[in-house]
Amino acid sequence: MSRRAVTAYAAALGTLTLLALLALSAGRFPIAPAELAALAANKLFGAGLALAPNVETVVLQVRGPRILAALLVGAALAAAGTAYQGMFRNPLVSPDILGVSAGAALGAVLGIFLSQDALTIQVGAFAGGLAAVGLVYAVGAQVRRHDPILSLILAGIVVGTLLGAFIALIKYLADPYNQLPAITYWLLGSLAAVSPRDLALAAPFALAGLVPLYLLRWRMNLLSLSDDEARSLGISVGRLRLAVVCAATLMTAAAVAISGIVGWVGLLIPHAARMLVGPEFSRLLPLAMLLGAAFLLAVDTLGRTLAPIEVPPGVLTALIGTPFFLWLFAAARRSWQ
Amino acid sequence: MAVMLEARALGYGYPGRAVGRGLDLALGAGEVLCVLGPNGGGKTTLFRTLLGLLPAQAGEVLLEGRALAQMARAEVARSVGYVPQGHAAQFAFTVREAVLMGRTAHVGLFAAPGAADRAAAGRSIGALGIESLADRVVTELSGGERQLAMIARALAQGARALVLDEPTASLDFGNQVRVLREIRRLAADGYAVVFSTHDPSQAFLAASRVLLLTRGGALRDGAPEEVITTENLRRVYGIEVRVAPIDGTRVCLPVLKA
Repeated sequence: MSRRAVTAYAAALGTLTLLALLALSAGRFPIAPAELAALAANKLFGAGLALAPNVETVVLQVRGPRILAALLVGAALAAAGTAYQGMFRNPLVSPDILGVSAGAALGAVLGIFLSQDALTIQVGAFAGGLAAVGLVYAVGAQVRRHDPILSLILAGIVVGTLLGAFIALIKYLADPYNQLPAITYWLLGSLAAVSPRDLALAAPFALAGLVPLYLLRWRMNLLSLSDDEARSLGISVGRLRLAVVCAATLMTAAAVAISGIVGWVGLLIPHAARMLVGPEFSRLLPLAMLLGAAFLLAVDTLGRTLAPIEVPPGVLTALIGTPFFLWLFAAARRSWQ
Repeated sequence: MAVMLEARALGYGYPGRAVGRGLDLALGAGEVLCVLGPNGGGKTTLFRTLLGLLPAQAGEVLLEGRALAQMARAEVARSVGYVPQGHAAQFAFTVREAVLMGRTAHVGLFAAPGAADRAAAGRSIGALGIESLADRVVTELSGGERQLAMIARALAQGARALVLDEPTASLDFGNQVRVLREIRRLAADGYAVVFSTHDPSQAFLAASRVLLLTRGGALRDGAPEEVITTENLRRVYGIEVRVAPIDGTRVCLPVLKA
């Protein structure tokens, strides 16, 4: 690894650790670093130090799961975005290009409309995301006479628009005092209500998506070549592409199911990581995940401390993401590569 | 002489559209075959079929005596290397990383290239004398430099046959000659090389044999002096061309007057 890459990794890890500590202590019920240290000593070594009774609850039941959820969702979206930008040979691609967010949104919105409980809504979002991408892939595979990448993207746009129409219809029909705010809230994304159980449900799926991306890390580089080039170098492009679609979809659907739709992370973070360590996937993927986790944690912490009411992370990622993206575009010649 | 690349009664084309048929071809180590033909004459289609990227419509392709249709993709990659026309790089891989991708067929499904692969990639870079480019990114190379990097990647595949699709297209005059010089050097090193071009004079400079493709699939294969004649060029391109020697090497000069 180059010196630059080592520096980037060290900086990302350090920032992430600091952010996590900050996120544990900041909030409506501030917790001093000394209290955090005492709690850690009690829990890890049974030190038996005296602590305010609320500290343990806030750290372990409220902020801890929320921080872990931000890390999980941020890392998963960044990993999926990194994989897709390489696979679609386009730096403007985000993880929801094949309709996973639209499908998850329809699943969740339908669950809210039918007054289901939180778990059913999550399962609906997850299943909806998988089903939408499955449909897009099937439609794309039917169109055999065109470039397979183009077919996939067009199928994604078409299916996404169709699902958007269903979402609009349900919003129109939903109870405006009860269901509509819940739908809007879900569509903006939020980590406020994440419980340890949600995490335990989502983490295995996100991990199951990450494993193939890690195993195929070297071959991923070849997807950025034309199909003919990649095949002539000895890989089965179609099978590799299907594996990547499955992996990225699992990760995104697991993330979206617990957080709702949080935009920008999967588009922005792969760019930033690529600027730091270059496009080589095995070097790029872990850094993108670290940066994605740090970015979403920062945004979520800001969102719950900035104002008396919580600012949804989807709003903040766009507010921060837009100028950052424009700066990348204007300042860095290589940002598109 | 060992036959590296062979086509027997080969029919090639796209589903529902035959482009050429009945092509017989055998290329040995140290031979250079130049493929000439008009736009849409099927040069790229033929190359894609020879590389197994497009299934043969009739007949068969053999690589080092083995039927391509029965070979796994990685085996094909170890037998024949490909330099595509105008590699359009999207991402800023370094030349070293791009050449290392040539080692894919030697790397396990879940593995990353090891020290031996890095050494092989380094040898390919050295063979083309582009060590100074190794740490530059491919998106910032000139057309000629990129072409040399892509040839290095094909060498890294470890194949003894190479297929180059219009390797001199959109290169300046100097870089065209540099690429032709590399083709001759590769042949001298025992590679079997196939390349296509739109400039018939290049066949006299670099090729030991010429394959002339015309629309509709009429084919001629032979020594450059036999195949590249005024009459054949008129038939293929529909123009008048003089073929005359300068200092012992023949060149083609188009005649503009009607």
